[in-house]
Amino acid sequence: MTPALGMFLGFVLVTLVITYWSARKSRGASAYFAAGRRITAWQNGLAVAGDYMSAASFLGIAGMIAFNGYDGFMYSVGFLVAYLMVLLVVAEPLRNAGKYTMADVLAYRLRPRPVRAMASLSTLTVSIFYMIAQMVGAGTLVRQLIPGVSYEMAVVGVGALMVVYVVFGGMLATTWVQIIKAVLLMSGSVFLSVLVMARFDFNLAKFFASLGAISSTNAAGATVTRDFLTPGLLFKNPLDQISLGMALVFGTAGLPHILIRFYTVPDAKTARASVIWAMILIGLFYIMTTFFGFGAASLLGPDYLGAHGGTNMAAPELARAMGGELFFAFISAVAFATILAVVAGLTISASASFAHDFYTNVIHHGKQRRDDDEVRVARITAFVVGAAAIMIAMALGPSVNVAFLVGLAFAVAASANLPVIVFSIFWKRFNTTGACAGLAIGLLSSIALILVSPDFMKSPLFPLKNPGIVSIPLGFLGAILGTLLRREPEAEAKFAELSVRANTGLGAEKATLH
Amino acid sequence: MDSGSSKFPRDPTPIVGSSTDVSPLTSRTLKPPHDERTADEQAAGADWNALAASPRFRELLKAKRRFIVPAVVFFVVYYFALPVLVGYAPALMTKRVLGPVNLAYLFALSQFFMAWLVAALYVRAAAKFDRMARDVISGASE
Repeated sequence: MTPALGMFLGFVLVTLVITYWSARKSRGASAYFAAGRRITAWQNGLAVAGDYMSAASFLGIAGMIAFNGYDGFMYSVGFLVAYLMVLLVVAEPLRNAGKYTMADVLAYRLRPRPVRAMASLSTLTVSIFYMIAQMVGAGTLVRQLIPGVSYEMAVVGVGALMVVYVVFGGMLATTWVQIIKAVLLMSGSVFLSVLVMARFDFNLAKFFASLGAISSTNAAGATVTRDFLTPGLLFKNPLDQISLGMALVFGTAGLPHILIRFYTVPDAKTARASVIWAMILIGLFYIMTTFFGFGAASLLGPDYLGAHGGTNMAAPELARAMGGELFFAFISAVAFATILAVVAGLTISASASFAHDFYTNVIHHGKQRRDDDEVRVARITAFVVGAAAIMIAMALGPSVNVAFLVGLAFAVAASANLPVIVFSIFWKRFNTTGACAGLAIGLLSSIALILVSPDFMKSPLFPLKNPGIVSIPLGFLGAILGTLLRREPEAEAKFAELSVRANTGLGAEKATLH
Repeated sequence: MDSGSSKFPRDPTPIVGSSTDVSPLTSRTLKPPHDERTADEQAAGADWNALAASPRFRELLKAKRRFIVPAVVFFVVYYFALPVLVGYAPALMTKRVLGPVNLAYLFALSQFFMAWLVAALYVRAAAKFDRMARDVISGASE
């Protein structure tokens, strides 16, 4: 047994014990969907960080910086600044006025069936696209990390584990998997950064000086020397960066798997404190991408990394070079834990939305036939979603480029979800037509623009990799124009109630005993 | 930064908060305070329109708007200044200002501290919002 395999299995064992313990503790819908709303601020902060920092963050950004320098670091910046939107605008009102899903707040004063159906569709789209990206990433990664494990085995393994966490352990197990992952990821990054800086005698000036001239072989086979702190090595078109930045900054506050985390804490104040914890952790992590991303470029060089597994393997290869096989195994296990925690979060957000929004409220008009209906449907959904994600990831195969799927998830979240969340909380006149129009136009325009972008077409109709700069204004515009089409006195009459609830927390869902 | 720290005033709503705001790490079962009411019970007696029209609530909304709107505008402008300047004023941004480090990287790094600073200011302001929200609710049950 290789050290990497041993650490993988160790992590899996610990998470299964947690799942068993959570399954025994949780009873009822509030326990299943929201961990009984008894997660504390620091725990939820760690879990938000664990839910958010995906393999794309850890491996992807490290690789992008290692190959393209400064431009890769742009992702790091956007991922943190995005939390200001979460903190200032959505977290507290959502916790105060909602129950289990993002759609609770939208449906509060609008006609619930059309709004929930659309919101559920958008939630499922975001979650499933994001999940497939993670699964394909997991397949290719595990294959590289543990010799002898095939792509298919890895995809089935990750899919089966996330289904077990969510079906049996619900939100409580998911939360603790995310907390453990966040601790592993933070400590792995600190070790890696310290080892890198040790090579530069902990001298920042020496470290940055080494980045000024890094040689690599370009596509034509010639050796080029570039300053890795110079912008523009990856993004040639400034609009590309602005569009990506918009999707990141406005999308995070619309990501369903992040938003449902705020229902797991006792009140809005704790939700606020948990965003602060998350911002400290996420900020520190992304600052450290400077050390291990640029460090990989400077100490190993893009040519070495290109020959040893490519972009995604920059962080693990750096760990191998700095700390030997055992550290390589540890960083690989961290990457694996990272993927599992994120897919578990995505699975529970997808199944909560289907069960709570679609099954209970759209099909059954808000009435449950039996008490545990909603949880039972969520468990079945988690199973179906897991199976579907496994099959799609297997059908796509390891060679497909999935980076655009994460970009798409952020773009849909920013263009479809954020406008309607903001308007339903802050704009009295907002109505059902506006919500449905905003969700539909945001969703369709981001998908359509991705389909005609350079990721999909040889001669693209839309020049940018990320549709944000066009689809986000379209989402807002759709919501505004839809609203102006007609008046909805019922929705306007209930605005006072929503506003008082969202701003004071009066009548907000309480923590429950298990 | 923990919810239990003294930085935040006690939450006004009768929430399990103090005694049960503990994750179920242990198997201890905690009893809720005797005045615990469910969300529905608490909301049932509220006259939402009167609350929404009350001067205390108007005051709360105004205070929130006074902080949140400028804060959002500030961080959005500060953030997008980075890709805009990098894209359209590359000569300025590649200028080395601190040894080998150029302005673009320093500006990017400053975004982290900007985010933490805005968050810290918000936490301070929100302590006041919490007090004002408590006044709105206590005014309602008088």
